[in-house]
Amino acid sequence: MLRIDSLTTDHGQVRAVDHVSFDVEVGSCTAVIGANGAGKSSLLRTLSGLVKSSSGSAHWGDVDLLKLPTSEVVRHGVAHVPEGRSVIAELSVEENLNLGALWRGKDPDVTVTKSEVLDLFPRLGERLKQGADSLSGGERQMLAIGRALMARPKLLLLDEPSLGLAPIVIEQIFHTIDTMRKATGLTVVLVEQNAVSALAIANHAIVLALGKIVASGEAKAIASDESLRHAYLGY
Amino acid sequence: MVDVSNLSTTFFSRIPRPLRALLGIAIAAFAWVLMGDRISEFRVTQGSMVAAYALAIISIVMLTGYSGQVSLGHGSFLAVGAYACALFLVNLHWPLWLSFFASVLAAAGVGAIVGIAAARLSGPYLAGTTLAFAVGVPSISGLVSILGGEQGISWDAAEQYAPPSRYGDPYVFLNKWVYWICGAALAIGIALAINITKSRYGRIWRAVRADESAAALAGINVARSKILAFAVSAGFAGFAGAILSVTLSSVAPSTFGLSLSFLILTGAVIGGVRSIYGAIIGALALVILPTLSDMIASNASESIHTNLPGVITGVLLVLTVLFNPGGTAAAFNHLAHGLRFKGRRSSH
Amino acid sequence: MSTLLSTLITGLSLGAIYSLMAIALILVWRSTRVVNFAQAGQAVLSTYIGLEIHRMTGSYWLAIVLSIIFGGVLGGLIDLALVRPLLRRAGSGPEAAVAPVIATLGLLAVLQGVVGMFWGGELIKFPSAFSTAGLSIGGSKIPFSAFDLFTVGASLAVMLAFSFIFQRTGLGLSMRAAAFSPEVAQLAGVRTGRVRTIGWSFAGAAGGLAGVLITPTTFLAPNSLDLLLVFGFTAAVVGGLESMIGGALGGLALGFGLALVLQYAGSSYTFMTAFVVLLAVLLLRPQGLIGKRGGRRV
Repeated sequence: MLRIDSLTTDHGQVRAVDHVSFDVEVGSCTAVIGANGAGKSSLLRTLSGLVKSSSGSAHWGDVDLLKLPTSEVVRHGVAHVPEGRSVIAELSVEENLNLGALWRGKDPDVTVTKSEVLDLFPRLGERLKQGADSLSGGERQMLAIGRALMARPKLLLLDEPSLGLAPIVIEQIFHTIDTMRKATGLTVVLVEQNAVSALAIANHAIVLALGKIVASGEAKAIASDESLRHAYLGY
Repeated sequence: MVDVSNLSTTFFSRIPRPLRALLGIAIAAFAWVLMGDRISEFRVTQGSMVAAYALAIISIVMLTGYSGQVSLGHGSFLAVGAYACALFLVNLHWPLWLSFFASVLAAAGVGAIVGIAAARLSGPYLAGTTLAFAVGVPSISGLVSILGGEQGISWDAAEQYAPPSRYGDPYVFLNKWVYWICGAALAIGIALAINITKSRYGRIWRAVRADESAAALAGINVARSKILAFAVSAGFAGFAGAILSVTLSSVAPSTFGLSLSFLILTGAVIGGVRSIYGAIIGALALVILPTLSDMIASNASESIHTNLPGVITGVLLVLTVLFNPGGTAAAFNHLAHGLRFKGRRSSH
Repeated sequence: MSTLLSTLITGLSLGAIYSLMAIALILVWRSTRVVNFAQAGQAVLSTYIGLEIHRMTGSYWLAIVLSIIFGGVLGGLIDLALVRPLLRRAGSGPEAAVAPVIATLGLLAVLQGVVGMFWGGELIKFPSAFSTAGLSIGGSKIPFSAFDLFTVGASLAVMLAFSFIFQRTGLGLSMRAAAFSPEVAQLAGVRTGRVRTIGWSFAGAAGGLAGVLITPTTFLAPNSLDLLLVFGFTAAVVGGLESMIGGALGGLALGFGLALVLQYAGSSYTFMTAFVVLLAVLLLRPQGLIGKRGGRRV
């Protein structure tokens, strides 16, 4: 279980994450939604050690995430796909995938993981030798998620996978995330501005505004709460 | 705030501004002359070197501290100034002050040309290119015969700028006269530098340094401001080169190698790249450090003796960057600030 | 043999050495975003260590191998002792912009001073296992010695080894990933600090080899490799500063170019060459001769 307690992160004078507490059950999907600048990305970046927290705690099982340097987080089963189709354009598609499993060393299961990932995103399989810079936006997002999955994570932190993608591609990616989670028992924290798509595949949801949790509950309940929709989700 | 003058604010602030400036100049001039009287003839020449280094460091302060550009080749602009001064003085027989003026203009002109290129470069590209510039410039002396090749140009100082005398009997000996000239040059340089940095251009440079895009949006011509800063900085370096050549009564390419460029950069870092007053501290350090290491290594072997100053300055550079990036001037300010606010500060 | 051809042959071995230096600078630049001006000092110290080994054992091969190893160890130590705290303290303002430049220049002064303290300032010829006199082919002498052949071969071997490591091994993949996107690399589990230390070691080793290869034909003194640093930097910029292959080609191009300048203009002009080439490349083709258009901001 992911247990976040009173987590606070500051960027200089600005409090990006303000005493945020919530739990995520193993095997479930929690959507973190809210407007631009609500602190959603900062929350994930704190969990993976890219930014330092000011106070509070975050545990994944027995592991104190806030004590780990970024490179060690993935070794404890937590993979973070940062915002903006984070592939390395100078590497080939295959190298981007291999990079995700480098830390596993000579583990023979890596090839198994790779074929699983390519089953999930067959379009990557067709483009293995191409440079990652030749991919479309949707393919880049698939590659970024694929790279994270190469680590065989137990907890996946996804930051705005829908950003800048066409609706049909968004649907496809969200569908893949959903089926994969249900099939493998992966735990997912999904940060999204696109609340409709995110709430459709999440079990739980929290709404952030200016770093604070303003609402939380069942994803369905949040989705149907009219006042919440108007105030924070903008649809 | 990076300004050592803060140190004395409490006392000086009661005196009206123009008077304060005059008083400051008078005290400094008195101290400079007094120092010259108290030290030996060799030390007097070292005093002239302090003035030359201080002007050179001020040129780095203008360039790096105000305009945010890096140059590893400023020794070359000293070379331009020094050679120009020698040519005007020795070949064209211009008076000293006019030679100084011309050498400043010559260096500023070369600086403007290099600055046009530099304005388009940044970071390591600018550093590397100016480094290559520094390697290239001294070799020009071998290509143009008027520059005198490896030997350079040397002259009889007593003939070119003799101290004032009555019935052939000079009031002061030659080295001290040069020392006074250098002191006056330094005073003019500092006054100029302060005026420039407090002018509109100083503010524009700082704006560009802080954020180029913001400055451009505010209507500042970023490239032009950088080129101007480079030219002004090169002018100061040329001035420094001119008085260096007058002190040594010679110019030679070996004086202006890479090590000179590194030396003035060292002085600027030790003194603090943002502080004009820090330049004097840096210049003093450059002159005192070799003497100091001489004393430490007086019984050591020849090779240790010659290399200790380099090692000490190198270690100082690294330590300054790691532990006191603002240089001595900033450290003084922190100290002064801390002392002044000690009583009032309750929480922090 | 035509003058032009023999001039180009002269440039080949020099170009190979510039390539090594360029690769050393590129390795550090890619891993740390710092141009390591201390590289000249590191190379000079490694070369003197090799000289000392040769004096003690008489073995050229032991000397060259230990020079390279020492260069590697020294590079790694510099990263741990100097670069790591420097990166941790990265501040802002004009001081931060010049901090890495000043720190590596300071280190250069320290290294050259230490070398001077131990070995003095006199010019020394580094030994070589092969003749530095021109080979003769079919009775006519060419300006290319057995040692030049060795220089080109050794440089080529090192470049091939590096390119194998970079393109074919996990370490190489993590080094490239850390260079292009440190954040993504860390999230993928790459220990970027360790990778950077290895990069500095590789660079130090390449610099050490460059020093050992250039000093039999020029000479060895505490600051005798400053010029190699400037030419290595020029070669790296010509190649685009990001690509190893670019650096290697840049080195060769510069070697040929300098040989031509030396032949047709005279030795006084060689010092200006680096500056002119740098300016021309940076202003006319900022992405480097083989870089992609719009690739870098200089």
